[in-house]
Amino acid sequence: MLHIYCPYCEEYREEEEFHPHGQAHIVRPLAPESLTDEEWSQYLFFRKNPRGLHHEMWVHAAGCRKFFNMTRHTVTYKILETYKMGQQPSITAEDTQ
Amino acid sequence: MSQVNRLELGGRINRHKTLNFTFNNKTYQGFEGDTLASALLANGVDVVGRSFKYSRPRGIITADAQEPNAIFQIGSNDASTIPNPRATQTELYQNLVCNATNGWPNVDFDLMETVGKVGGAAMPPGFYYKTFMFPQSMWMSYEKIIRKGAGLGSSPLQPDPDTYDKMHHHCDVMVVGAGPAGLSAALAAAQAGSRVIIADEQNEMGGSLLCSTQLLDGMSASAWVANTLSELEQNENVTLLPRSTVFGYFDHNFLGINERRSDHIGETDSNGTRQRLHKVRAKQVILATGAHERPLVFGNNDVPGCMLASAISTYINRYAVVPGNTLSLMTTNDNAYKAAIAWHDAGKQVTVIADTRPIPEAGTEGDLVKQAIELGIKVLFGHAIINVKGSKRVKSVEVAPISSNGEKVEGEVVSYTCDTVASSGGWSPVLHLSSHTGSKPVWRDDIQGFVPGKTEQAQLICGGVNGVYSLTQVLNEGMQCGAKASQAATGEPAQEPLADQEPSAALELSAELEPSAGKKLSAEPAPKLKLVEPSSAPVIKEPVEAPAMALFHIPHVKPTSRAPKQFVDYQNDVTAAGIELANREGFESIEHVKRYTALGFGTDQGKLGNINGMAITAKSLGKTIPETGTTIFRPMYTPVTFGALSGSDVKHLFDPARFTAMHSWHLANGAEFEDVGQWKRPWYFPKPGETMQQALQRECLATRNSVGILDASTLGKIDIQGKDAREFLNRIYTNPWSQLAVGKCRYGVMCKEDGMVFDDGVTSCINDNRFLMTTTTGGAPAVLSWLELWHQTEWPELEVYFSTVTDHWSTMTISGPNSRKVLEKLTDADVSNEAFPYMGWIATEVAGVKARIFRISFTGELSFEINVQANHGLHTWEAVMAAGEEFDITPYGTETMHILRAEKGFIIVGQDTDGSVTPQDLDMNWVVGKKKEFNYLGKRSWTREDNQRSDRKQFVGLKPKDKNFVLPEGAQLVFEPNQSIPMTMVGHVTSSYYSACLGHSFALAVVKGGLDRMGQSVFVPLADGTTVEAEICSSVFYDAKGDRQNV
Repeated sequence: MLHIYCPYCEEYREEEEFHPHGQAHIVRPLAPESLTDEEWSQYLFFRKNPRGLHHEMWVHAAGCRKFFNMTRHTVTYKILETYKMGQQPSITAEDTQ
Repeated sequence: MSQVNRLELGGRINRHKTLNFTFNNKTYQGFEGDTLASALLANGVDVVGRSFKYSRPRGIITADAQEPNAIFQIGSNDASTIPNPRATQTELYQNLVCNATNGWPNVDFDLMETVGKVGGAAMPPGFYYKTFMFPQSMWMSYEKIIRKGAGLGSSPLQPDPDTYDKMHHHCDVMVVGAGPAGLSAALAAAQAGSRVIIADEQNEMGGSLLCSTQLLDGMSASAWVANTLSELEQNENVTLLPRSTVFGYFDHNFLGINERRSDHIGETDSNGTRQRLHKVRAKQVILATGAHERPLVFGNNDVPGCMLASAISTYINRYAVVPGNTLSLMTTNDNAYKAAIAWHDAGKQVTVIADTRPIPEAGTEGDLVKQAIELGIKVLFGHAIINVKGSKRVKSVEVAPISSNGEKVEGEVVSYTCDTVASSGGWSPVLHLSSHTGSKPVWRDDIQGFVPGKTEQAQLICGGVNGVYSLTQVLNEGMQCGAKASQAATGEPAQEPLADQEPSAALELSAELEPSAGKKLSAEPAPKLKLVEPSSAPVIKEPVEAPAMALFHIPHVKPTSRAPKQFVDYQNDVTAAGIELANREGFESIEHVKRYTALGFGTDQGKLGNINGMAITAKSLGKTIPETGTTIFRPMYTPVTFGALSGSDVKHLFDPARFTAMHSWHLANGAEFEDVGQWKRPWYFPKPGETMQQALQRECLATRNSVGILDASTLGKIDIQGKDAREFLNRIYTNPWSQLAVGKCRYGVMCKEDGMVFDDGVTSCINDNRFLMTTTTGGAPAVLSWLELWHQTEWPELEVYFSTVTDHWSTMTISGPNSRKVLEKLTDADVSNEAFPYMGWIATEVAGVKARIFRISFTGELSFEINVQANHGLHTWEAVMAAGEEFDITPYGTETMHILRAEKGFIIVGQDTDGSVTPQDLDMNWVVGKKKEFNYLGKRSWTREDNQRSDRKQFVGLKPKDKNFVLPEGAQLVFEPNQSIPMTMVGHVTSSYYSACLGHSFALAVVKGGLDRMGQSVFVPLADGTTVEAEICSSVFYDAKGDRQNV
C-alpha cells in the first residue's frame, strides 16, 4: 500500500484513492498523419519497463481527480517525488547512477 | 475429570474460574487464563492430531505461533466453526468445542496410519507428483480421498453471525510485540512525546517476561510488566492492542493488525465486534517480535511428548502445567537448561540432559549448567538423543555420544526411560514482518540465525528479532530504539542522553522518514505532547552463558535414509531423509526443495522447520546456510479470518447498489432486475403467469404498435462547459461538432488512439459554451476519466470543464407511434414534427415540472426522452403512466430495449464491440469526420496496415435458417461446417434474440470480411455437437430507411 503525496492536494493520501495510468511524459505527436506506421506504433504501443526509476502517471481518482506524475522505484516501490502535469522530474535514473 | 498435570500453585491462571471445554467429544476442565493447549496438557491429552502424509499420532510441541500439530476445528456449529486455529494461541472459554482437524475416522484409530505404515518407505518427497499425477483426469478423485484422509479443516457452511469492522490509524511509532523489547521501546517513545501503538498477539502483554523467573530491579518480571503497562495505559498518546496480531507489513510503513475482541469470551457471549482489522500508517515501525526456539531434528522426534524446551518452561511457569512426569532434554545451548530446572523445581524427575557440546573445561560452564548439576540432574556433554521410542507417547530415549562437530555418533547407545523429550537447537529471530516488505534476511554466525536485512522501510528492530537475547541488553536496546524512533518521527530529540551502551548496527535508520515529494511539506508543528522523564533500564542479574553449538540435525548410527524418521516439518511430514533425497534428485535451490518436499507449506508456513530444512540442505550440498539462502516469508504471519478482512464490507455494503428515482414503482409493478454496473435496472416487467419470452414479446409489440416507456436514468450524463467545449468534442469524437446548433443533438462515437470504438452516445448543444454528453450506463466513469485525461495531459490550453450529472436527472423514454399523443397531454409545448424535429431538444414543463425533452431514438420509433430533476422523477413517471393509460402505455426493461435496438442494427458498445472493432468494421463510416481540422483521437490508427485488412471481423446481421432458433450469444462462427476440430473460427455472435415484430429469430455478429459476404452462409457449431446454419445479412432488420423515428 503506497503512501502517495498528491501535488495538487498537497498531502499524503492512501493508495486506494489513486489509479496508476502507465508511463508518463508520452507526448501525442502534433501531426499524426505525417508519421509512418512504425513511428505511430512507437507512440501507441511501446512502453518502458525499467528495473529501477520509472516516471509514471497517476490520477487522484477518489480525490481531486487530477492527473500527476510520479518517480517511483520499481523494485523498492520507493516514491522519490511526485510532480504536477507539465513539469519535468527533478530526479532521473541518470542522477542516481 | 482431574487436571492430572496441573501444579498446586503458580501460573497466570485464575483457579477460581473453571472452564469446561470439549475436545473430540470428550469434556475437560481448564482455568481462565489457559490456552486450549495448556488446558489439554493439564488434562494429560497426548494425541491431538494425525500427520498429513504418514498419519502418525502427534502432540503439542510449542506454546506459540509455530505450532504445527495442535490445529483444530473450533466452534460448536456450522456458522461459528473456524478451521485450523492453533490451540497454543486460542484462549480457553466456557464451553469451547473443538475437534482435531486431521485424523479419520478419529485420532486414536486412524485409517490412514495403516497406509502410512505400509507405504512409509514408498512415500518419498514428490510422492503425490509421482504417484497421483497420472492419469491426470483422476487427480480430482485422488485429491478428495487424500484430503479426507489428511484433513485440513472444513469451512463454515452457514453465514457468519458475527460482526467485524475496520479502523484506520496514523501514529508516530508502531511497536510490534510487547515483550521486554517492545514494552521498553513503547515506553521510551511515549516518554519522548510520540503517539504510539503497541500490538501483541497474546492475551496478555509481556511476552517472555510472563514466564521468566528473572528479577528486574529486585522485582519479579511480571511486576515489572504490570508497572510498565500501567504507565503506558495512563499515557493518552499510547494505544495498547492486546490479542492483536500484526499479520502484514506493507510498503511505506503500512501494517495490518487483526484484533480478536471477543473470541476469548465465547461464541454466545459475544456482543459487538468479534474481530477488528486495524490499518496503521506509521512514521516509524519498531519490530520487537522476539525469537522462536528451534527444535532439533532427531529420530522419531514427532512422538507425542516431544516438545520445545521453551514451551516446557512456558507451560510450567505461565500455566502451572507440567506436561509429563519424566523429562529428557537435548540442547545445544545453556538457555534450554531453564526447562529442566523448572521441571525439577516443579517436583518432577529429569532423567537426563544430553548437551551436544563437548565437555567444558572445569569452571567454564554457564551458570544454568552449574545450577542443573548442583540440583543433581544428570548432564551428559557431547551426547545427543538420537532416537525416541513410543507411539502415542514417548516411552524412552536413546542417547549416544556424538563427535565434536555433531556429525556422527561415536560410541554406545544407552536407553533412558522418560515420557517427555525437550529439545532446543537455539533461537530463530521472528523476522517474518521485515521479510514482507521485500527485505532479505541476513545470516549471522554468532547467533546461528537469520536477522532482518536491509530495508526500504522506516523500520527499527530490537531484542530477539535482532539476535539480542540477554534481558539487560534487550531492555536497553528497546529503550534506545523507542527514543530514536520517536526522534525520527517527531523531529524532537530525546530529553537526555540515553543509556551508555553502544547502539547496535541495526539501530541505524534504514530509510527516510517519508519519500520526498516534489514540493516538501512545510513542516507543520505537531501539537506539543507532554514529555515524561525517561525511565532507565532495570538492573538484572544475568546468568553467564557458555557459547551455543551450531547443530540442527542429530546424527543416527544409521545413515539418514535408513535411520528412524527425523521430522523437519511436522505438518507436511517432511523428514531430513526426504530433504536429502530431494537434493540428490537435483533440487538444490531452497525454493525448489521447498516446493518438491512441501517444506513450509502447511498452515504454520514453516515457522518451526524451515531453518532446520535449510541447514540440512546446506549440509547435504556441502554449502553454508547463507549460501543456501532462505525462503521469503509472506503475509499473513498467521492466518486471518475472512470475516476480519472483509469487516463490515459485506452484503449491501460490499458493493453499493444504485437505484433510480423510479425504483419503488418498478418494484411495485413486478419488474425483474438486472445489474448494469452498480445500477439495478428493470430487465422486464412480467405480468402474472407470463414467461420472460411472453413478456418481451408483449413489450416489444406494444412499443412498436402503440407506446412503451423505459427508465433510462442510468445512462451516463456529463455536463461539458467552457468556451472550447465544442473544439474539445471535435477532438474526442470521431464525427464533427462545429456545426451542431443550439437545440440540436448528435450521435457520436469515441475511439481510443488505437482506432477502436470505446464509447458512444448522444451529445446535445445546450448553448454555444455548454453541451450535455450521454454515455453508456457502464462506461460513464471511464468516459469522464477519459475526458479529464486528455484535457489535463494534452490540451490544458482548452477552456473546458466536466461534471458528472448522471444522478441529477431522471430520464424516461417514451417510444412508439403514440408517444407524441401521450406527451401532448403533459406539456403545453408544441411537440409536432415541424416545431420539434428529430434530433432536437427543448426545455419546457412536463407534468408541471421543469424538463428537457430530447427527440432521440434508440428503438427506431418516434421517441421522446423526458429528463426531469431526479426528485421529480417518480412524479413525472406516474404522470406519464396515467396519461398513457388510454394507449395502453407499456413499461419495458433493458431486454426489450436490447431487442428493439438490435432490430435497428444499433450497436451496444461492449456487447457488439470488444475493444478490437473500428467504426469501419461496424460499417459506420458515416460517423467518421473526413474534413475535421484536428487530427482527432483514433483517426491515425485507421490507416495502419492491420486496420486496412479486408478480412477484418465486420459487423453484420445473421438470420438463422431455423426461424425459431435463437443462436447463443458468444457462439463461434465457421465457414466450413465439416472441418475437423480445431475449426477455423471466423467470428462470433454478439447479440441474438427472437423478434416478435419480425416473426423470426435474428442475430448480430462480427464475421471476417462479413460486409462483402451478404447472402452467404455461416455455420454455428454448438456445444451439443450439432451445427446450425445462418445467412449473413444487413445488420438493420427493421425500417431500414428510418422513417418511423422521423415522423
